[in-house]
Amino acid sequence: MTDLFLESEVERLLLEATTSRSRRVKNRLASLWMVGSLLVALVPLTLVIGYVLFKGAGEISLAWFTEDLPAITRKPGGGMGPAIVGTLLITAGAAILAVPLGILGAVYLHEYGGKTYTARLVRFMADVMTGVPSIVMGLFIYTVWTLQFGLEGIGGSLALACLMLPIIIRSTEEMLRLVPDELRQASYALGNRKWRTIITVVLPASFGGITSGVMIAIARAAGETAPLVFTIGAARNLNLDLFNGPMTALSVQIFGNAQTPFDAAQARAWGAALTLVGIVFIFTVLARVISARVARRHNA
Amino acid sequence: MPDDEQTRRSSLNPVTDEDIPNAEVSPMSSETLPATSITPTTAAAPVAARAAEIASDASAPNVVFDVRDLNVFYGAFKAVRDVNLSVHKHEITAFIGPSGCGKSTVLRCFDRMNDLIESARVEGQVLYHGVDLYDPRIDPVEVRKRIGMVFQKPNPFPKSIYDNIAFGPKISGSKENLDDVVEKALRQAALWDEVKDRLKKSAMGLSGGQQQRLCIARAIAVEPEVILMDEPCSALDPIATARIEDLMQELKSEYTILIVTHNMQQAARVSDRTAFFTTEVNPESDTRTGMLVEFDSTNTIFSAPSDERTENYVTGRFG
Repeated sequence: MTDLFLESEVERLLLEATTSRSRRVKNRLASLWMVGSLLVALVPLTLVIGYVLFKGAGEISLAWFTEDLPAITRKPGGGMGPAIVGTLLITAGAAILAVPLGILGAVYLHEYGGKTYTARLVRFMADVMTGVPSIVMGLFIYTVWTLQFGLEGIGGSLALACLMLPIIIRSTEEMLRLVPDELRQASYALGNRKWRTIITVVLPASFGGITSGVMIAIARAAGETAPLVFTIGAARNLNLDLFNGPMTALSVQIFGNAQTPFDAAQARAWGAALTLVGIVFIFTVLARVISARVARRHNA
Repeated sequence: MPDDEQTRRSSLNPVTDEDIPNAEVSPMSSETLPATSITPTTAAAPVAARAAEIASDASAPNVVFDVRDLNVFYGAFKAVRDVNLSVHKHEITAFIGPSGCGKSTVLRCFDRMNDLIESARVEGQVLYHGVDLYDPRIDPVEVRKRIGMVFQKPNPFPKSIYDNIAFGPKISGSKENLDDVVEKALRQAALWDEVKDRLKKSAMGLSGGQQQRLCIARAIAVEPEVILMDEPCSALDPIATARIEDLMQELKSEYTILIVTHNMQQAARVSDRTAFFTTEVNPESDTRTGMLVEFDSTNTIFSAPSDERTENYVTGRFG
């Protein structure tokens, strides 16, 4: 009798999750909530990309990439060539300025600075700087650079670099923190010096993560408008010289064209938006491929 | 050693050379002996005799390390106190003792890995062939090139098997053919046959035991004189452990090995000499400081220890 009772009791406990009505209802509700949240989160994402594609695709042609901006924006025609080149050049300039500085800064913070006063101050400042609105960076560079040297691409690069720097510092430091200390110890135990340990062990081990952080910073900078409107001017012709004369960029073109009441200009803004999304997309994919390849070579 | 010191020793110390290996006892072996009694002139005659044996033993050519009055601190906390022992060439020296007794801390003094812990501070001397490793002029990086280390948790680099082994020789600028160095190290670590067809594959794909042997191969690829092993088998199953133990016996002919182990049977199986550490509670601060209780041939430690605490530990009555 006791045995029978025990068996059924055990059975009841083990089957509770599948037989209890309230458990099943709770499970169903929780699952629905999660799936629902995901779908809601996907709505703006897909709508943005879909709408940009739908509105902008009509503008894209060969001339779009090669021709200068039209002199009269309210009429159709012309291309976005100078803005595409401008975005690429200015962002590249910003990356060249900010990526090495940011990575070296993060290496100092995590591998050398640690808990020292300087390191904590820099870390705190970087955190504050990530929250600074981009227009403030634009105004800052406008005051210290553009007022002296005039409107030119490098001013935009400087403003974007100021924007990227804190993102790169903080994301790289987080990635360095993920490298297990055992690896550093293994390297030291083989008679490797600290700087060499960082170059041969720590940075390769965190390469993928650092690249992702850098890519996020670059993508963010490529889409920024505010830091550029004060610093690069609004050229209509192709200007390949970052250090001489005004340039233009896709984000600035979106901003300018979307404000006009003319259909042709608004369509141009959509086209520029699509081009910008496309550029960011291509670079993100490229970065993923490169970092996966490097990681594979290192981790064989 | 100057001649007069030798003579003074021999006048105090009537034992013959043949007695030395068995007679060697740590000055910490008896509770009545304060650690400072190592100086023959300030101690009672039998004490002086023992201390002199140790000292003369330490000056023998086959002594690699001679540790004198070693104290290790983490900040204000004294982690280990008054360690005196000597490590002999081509022998396996085991450190045993309960958790927190400072055996790993002491091991890390032999290649100055404690330097990496900011608050760590070392007092006393670790003489390596007569040179104090804690002399301020000593470059710890050069120390670590000569004294390799294998850690508790296998820690291969996230690189290929080949690159793991070639790492040390590459950074020390070895002129030898790297392929040969890699093959030799893997053969010595008894791993060659298992990995020779996948040298370019990631080391992370190996089993735990293979990873640990890879770490041993990585350590011996830089041709150190000494290998320190910090509980190298604690993360491994018995079969992998047996392989590492066999490997240690083979490596003994070329290297001097120090091993920290929680496993008394392992110490008894592999080592030539054993140091038993324990902890004592500091009455006022309620912290625990590690100390060396007894250092002797492994045989003596396990069959006829001279300290009651050692006997209690090796017979399983404590710890």
